[in-house]
Amino acid sequence: MSDHHHKETFITKYVFSQDHKMISKQYLVTGIFMGVIGVLMSMLFRLQIAWPDHSFSIIEAFLGRHQDGGVMSPDIYLALVTIHGTIMVFFVLTAGLSGTFSNLLIPLQIGARDMASGFLNMVSYWLFFLSSVIMVLSLFVEAGPASAGWTIYPPLSALPQAIPGSGMGMTLWLVSMAIFIASSLLGALNYIVTVLNLRTVGMKMTRLPLTIWAFFVTAIIGVVSFPVLLSAALLLIFDRSFGTSFFLSDIFIQGEVLHYQGGSPVLFEHLFWFLGHPEVYIVLLPALGITSEIIATNSRKPIFGYRAMIGSIIAIAFLSTIVWGHHMFVSGMNPFLGSVFTFTTLLIAIPSAVKAFNYITTLWKGNLQMNPAMLFSIGLVSTFISGGLTGLVLGDSALDINVHDTYFVVAHFHLVMGVSAIYGMFAGVYHWFPKMYGRMMNKTLGYWHFWLTAIAAYGVFFPMHFIGLAGLPRRYYSNTAFPLFDDVADVNIVITLFAILGGAAQIIFLANFFISIYKGKKATQNPWKSNTLEWTTPVEHIHGNWPGEIPAVHRWAYDYSKPGYDEDFVCQTTPLKPDEEPT
Amino acid sequence: MTAILYILLAIVIGVAIWQVASILNLREEIATEKDNNTQGIIFAIFGVFFYGLMIFSFWKYSVILLPDSASVEGESYDTLYLVTMLLILFVQAITQFLLFYFAFKYRGIKGRKALFYADSHKLEMIWTIVPAVVLSGIVLYGLSVWNNVMDASDAENPLIVEVYAKQFQWEARYAGEDNELGLANVRNIKGINTMGVDMTDKNALDDVPVRELHLPKGRKVIFKFRSQDVLHSAYMPHFRAQMNCVPGMVTQFAFTPSMTTEEMRLNDKTIDKVAGINKIRAEKGEDPYLFDYILLCNKICGSSHYNMQMKIVVEEEAQFNTWLKSQKTMAQIVQ
Repeated sequence: MSDHHHKETFITKYVFSQDHKMISKQYLVTGIFMGVIGVLMSMLFRLQIAWPDHSFSIIEAFLGRHQDGGVMSPDIYLALVTIHGTIMVFFVLTAGLSGTFSNLLIPLQIGARDMASGFLNMVSYWLFFLSSVIMVLSLFVEAGPASAGWTIYPPLSALPQAIPGSGMGMTLWLVSMAIFIASSLLGALNYIVTVLNLRTVGMKMTRLPLTIWAFFVTAIIGVVSFPVLLSAALLLIFDRSFGTSFFLSDIFIQGEVLHYQGGSPVLFEHLFWFLGHPEVYIVLLPALGITSEIIATNSRKPIFGYRAMIGSIIAIAFLSTIVWGHHMFVSGMNPFLGSVFTFTTLLIAIPSAVKAFNYITTLWKGNLQMNPAMLFSIGLVSTFISGGLTGLVLGDSALDINVHDTYFVVAHFHLVMGVSAIYGMFAGVYHWFPKMYGRMMNKTLGYWHFWLTAIAAYGVFFPMHFIGLAGLPRRYYSNTAFPLFDDVADVNIVITLFAILGGAAQIIFLANFFISIYKGKKATQNPWKSNTLEWTTPVEHIHGNWPGEIPAVHRWAYDYSKPGYDEDFVCQTTPLKPDEEPT
Repeated sequence: MTAILYILLAIVIGVAIWQVASILNLREEIATEKDNNTQGIIFAIFGVFFYGLMIFSFWKYSVILLPDSASVEGESYDTLYLVTMLLILFVQAITQFLLFYFAFKYRGIKGRKALFYADSHKLEMIWTIVPAVVLSGIVLYGLSVWNNVMDASDAENPLIVEVYAKQFQWEARYAGEDNELGLANVRNIKGINTMGVDMTDKNALDDVPVRELHLPKGRKVIFKFRSQDVLHSAYMPHFRAQMNCVPGMVTQFAFTPSMTTEEMRLNDKTIDKVAGINKIRAEKGEDPYLFDYILLCNKICGSSHYNMQMKIVVEEEAQFNTWLKSQKTMAQIVQ
């Protein structure tokens, strides 16, 4: 393929590109755009939570007919939390994170000229783009966007009589997600095939960087679980539009009995969470893979327990597909089933603990290079632990009873998957920006970005646990209807102030990112002195990645500070010395 | 307050612009020894902030937490919660300390080589087996509590109550003299028969529909939940009780109230919490609040989800019986 130099037009190079590096940038920029929308939404509803009934010009400006004198309506509040969740989970942390870094790094780090199918890869991106467009358009429909929560449980999501957002808004949500799933599957199949078939000479599976292991396993979970969400979405479309009763039964609403009979919303919950829980790891594993790589590089040490790390990725992936019921302990399913899911869920703590301890041990006696990517990676380990530990409360069916669907849950999953995964994504952007754009991002801005974000993230989510433990349910438009919750109002103000700080800190990132693309300092070939193959390619992108032969690999990716070498890194392409033990 | 927001925003934007201006300088963008030093120290400071935030939150926000459990089953919940929480805080305190301390201690120095330490079978075994053993304990303990809470089959003479959810209101129905709920279906909803009780079922006639839930202290209550439209969740936080209400099926939860409303009002933690609430209410010029148990909706159900509640009164059995007798039965209401 390297001698395949056909002339690229603007369209084939920048729009319908089949080059994985360009597609990766397309994913990243689309993901960032969606992220800005998702974060802005959270700013708006945080204002409402902290100061209910207070008039804000910003709400008046953004919400048009869904507000009255600067105070948002309850329906649009629910729509905002719904779309915030949808966008952040799927569009930013699934497509934006996996799409960007799987595409960029799989061919570069395994030593391939491109993905197995460049065409499918292009189709995958453009389906994602289309689904993003539809999701954004759904914000502008007359009755408002989908507002049944990002979990879209029927009957609320099935009946426009129940909530206005379940009309056209919900239809567009389902169409958008169906397309999104198609995109995600095409991407995942491509990643799997590429990793299995296109590794360069000497790149054994046991020499792959942990990034690739994480992306590979993530793709497998996606292929196993996303189709189930697609079937749930299709059945829901049938219930909504063609009068079937998969999820609906015995409903009396607005003075009339509906014809549905025999369906069960609990069935939908099973189908939804069969994807929904693995989705957590689809979001998190790539972030963990990225930080494994970055922590090793910047500690100038091998990642501790490479094989244990692979083992724990696989164990987490396997377990993630058999724990979905812990979202349903109080759904009315058989309590015995609850016991089984408690058992499988708490098992996940074991591989997670292994990962956390391995990260910490990697830092021990390292020579830490405090690049912005490294700060975000250390930040990830911190939030992963803080958020993961409260999983012991939520994963335990007995304890879940009283905190289920409260702000305790919101705090837990934002720390463990939201903040952690976004830290992983930021770390990846700072680390591989030179590879993507041939320039460096500004490190001082990177430091400001990290520290403000880190303070804000804990400032938001640490106090939030207490609101949940006070019994406040999530998705409440306002808690003024309960004098019991009058004393959480002050905490909510603190949280919102930190949230605004965190949101504003992202302006620094945006400025740094977009200005650096054009004005950043020119990158050298291997700025972080890294071992992996992507840094053996030229700074200027070329189709096919390596100008000549693809280099052969002689060792694993983690020979940092290896005794016997002058430099503190040994590239994977360096042949073994005669007396060196093979890895 | 808004002023603070805008000031914060302005400061951050200011910093951003100032920094963006300096981006044009061609400088080293890879961390230098000086950066390593500064950032390592900031990690140590951040560690202090982190522990400070945890301690502050526990000190400041403990008062807003729910008071002691008002049900017998809830007491075992609270103990399990305490044990789990202590474990979490112990692990959290150690691991986060190590993380921030290492980030500080091993900050990069030019010319120093890191220790080449790639693997240790022994260490990996330690942090696989220790969590496994601890978790086994937690799982077994948790499951015994769970089975105890969820299994109401051995209750002697329990009170049967149906809790009925609809947008955006709760209703309830007592099983009456025969302690057996009459059949019901949404297709029977008509006029005053808002819960769709089947009046041809003889068990239904003595059922007692109410809009305020009264429970006797010391007697096991088995709740049967129904919903007529969308999913709702019956959440009774003071009793450590929650169950979803699912259209098309009946779900169940049970607990034994252990403190009357009056007793709970005299509980130390409740007194502290209510005092805090009333201080805030006084500042806003609102009437003082008197503690009551509540049932609230905890599953997104539409516009007024945030205001779907029902008062719960727990009283001594004799008082409860008097109250129940004073309510009309289905037969009396429908005819």
